[in-house]
Amino acid sequence: MTLLATVNSDVPFNVAQNVGFGVIAVLMVTGALRVVTTNNVVHAALWLVLVLAGAAAQFILLAAEFVAITQVLVYIGAIVVLFLFGVMLTRAPIRGEAGLTRSNWFGGALVGVLLLGLLSFTLLDTFGGDRLPADTRLTLRPAAVSQAEGTEPTAGSNVGAVSDSIFSRYLIPFEAVSVLLTAALIGAIVLARKE
Amino acid sequence: MTAASLLAADPLLAGKVDLAVVLIVALKAVIVLAFLLVATMLMIWFERKVHADMTNRIGPNQAGPFGILQSVADGVKVFFKEDLLPDRADRFVFRLAPFLSVVPAFLTFAVVPIGGNFSDADGGVIELFGHRTLLQLADPPIGVLLVLAMSSIAVYGVMLAGWSSGSKYPLLGSVRASAQMVSYEAALGLSTVTVVLVAGTLTTSGIVAAQHTWNWNLWATGIVPFVVFLIAATAELNRPPFDLVEAEQELVGGFHTEYSGVRFAMYYLAEFMNTVTMSAIIVTLFLGGPNGPVLVGPEWLWGIVWFFAKLMLLLFTFAWFRATLPRFRYDQLMDLGWKALIPLALGWLLLMIAIRVGSDEGWNPILVMVVGVAALAAGYALLVLAGRTARRNRELAGAHL
Repeated sequence: MTLLATVNSDVPFNVAQNVGFGVIAVLMVTGALRVVTTNNVVHAALWLVLVLAGAAAQFILLAAEFVAITQVLVYIGAIVVLFLFGVMLTRAPIRGEAGLTRSNWFGGALVGVLLLGLLSFTLLDTFGGDRLPADTRLTLRPAAVSQAEGTEPTAGSNVGAVSDSIFSRYLIPFEAVSVLLTAALIGAIVLARKE
Repeated sequence: MTAASLLAADPLLAGKVDLAVVLIVALKAVIVLAFLLVATMLMIWFERKVHADMTNRIGPNQAGPFGILQSVADGVKVFFKEDLLPDRADRFVFRLAPFLSVVPAFLTFAVVPIGGNFSDADGGVIELFGHRTLLQLADPPIGVLLVLAMSSIAVYGVMLAGWSSGSKYPLLGSVRASAQMVSYEAALGLSTVTVVLVAGTLTTSGIVAAQHTWNWNLWATGIVPFVVFLIAATAELNRPPFDLVEAEQELVGGFHTEYSGVRFAMYYLAEFMNTVTMSAIIVTLFLGGPNGPVLVGPEWLWGIVWFFAKLMLLLFTFAWFRATLPRFRYDQLMDLGWKALIPLALGWLLLMIAIRVGSDEGWNPILVMVVGVAALAAGYALLVLAGRTARRNRELAGAHL
């Protein structure tokens, strides 16, 4: 959306938003590099938390507060906690370990760069020429706010908009992902309890 | 445009944001901070007194009238203690961890409506210095989710404290604590979903507004989610009877064994602050928040009065739990969380959804209830069967050894 705002001449260039994006993006990239370069597993997980929190902050900049809080709940609150839990149950020396960087790390880096290129190309190719729609869900306001502003109340919020699209337009992908996750869960149990 | 809708449904931020508005928000922030700190100190004193009364002791009675200044004295003492840093500790994480425990407690309290006039359709909006506003620091559209997110971030404070201390007992204590907190978060979340379903909104002010005219979620959701939430919250707070985290005879002091001075005080403060915050959340979600009859005097005052009365009731309940219930064993704790609370909360949620869908579709409510309860009973029977099979398999496996 930040990219879109610059393309669309009707929407003024939001300086604060773009500066915020830049600062958070720098933090995220630094954090991501530290995730793979640090030689302490717990520190790596904490840098990952920084990256994920940065992603949540970017979502807030895009006024997608529901996605942001889901990011915090699921990734920071559950997944990284489980990473840390697993690390602590097995081994997590305070001083870190020397041999954490594998010899073929540049292969992984190559894959990362390729993925970056692919995602950038896809995003630019799909949305590069788009303009913000006139009736954007971003400007939806709760009833109390529009009442105070004296404007027409627009029902619902971003949360409502997200759930509306998940449970109508994207219902089948959503259910497919749910089944996939359940399958993964059962698979984990079967693997763990194999006797 | 988007900023106002994102930050709050608060009419204060809707119009032009001038200096007065900024000052009001700053004032609210200061009040919330000060209130939470004072409430925490009083809670420590209150709990010690109640616990002392229940166990036939006197409790703190030297500092100030009824010993009410005891927490202040303890706080001053702890500030002058040496701040130890273990030799084998991870210095940065060791210093960071206490803040990860304290900050979420503060942030959670920001979304609690501590007063307001909910008796009309205005949804708790009152006049403050000529500006219409809500009596809460922030009212994001994702209110309740913020509470859950903060309670999952608080796990980091416990977990990292144990790891970064670089010694055995804190690590064991933190592994226990984080497993416990992660397990009970699920039950906490599932019982909150029932409230959201009944209220039809995620904002805390909306949830409180939906409970006016005595339509409290306590009975609107049918008691069960309240009980599940209360138990899960007690476990999430690591309070007795779920205080295995600091079972002294097994773990020395738990995850904060190596902490001393101000950093230890922060954990101590966070524990009681979380108790106050969690009680406030329970009041908001289930007990109607500041809703209550207006007797004499200004309407806005009674909201605050009722909120505090309900908060005190819950804080007393938590102190009561501590004084009366013996500590759980670890396997009992896990059994209760995974085999009782989570299935119960999930089943109750499904039943409430069935009733809601039934009334939307105009189905026969009695039939919906009967089918729903029958489905739940079948599910419960399957669960019991699964539990029995697992136990038999375990016993068979044990027999081979």
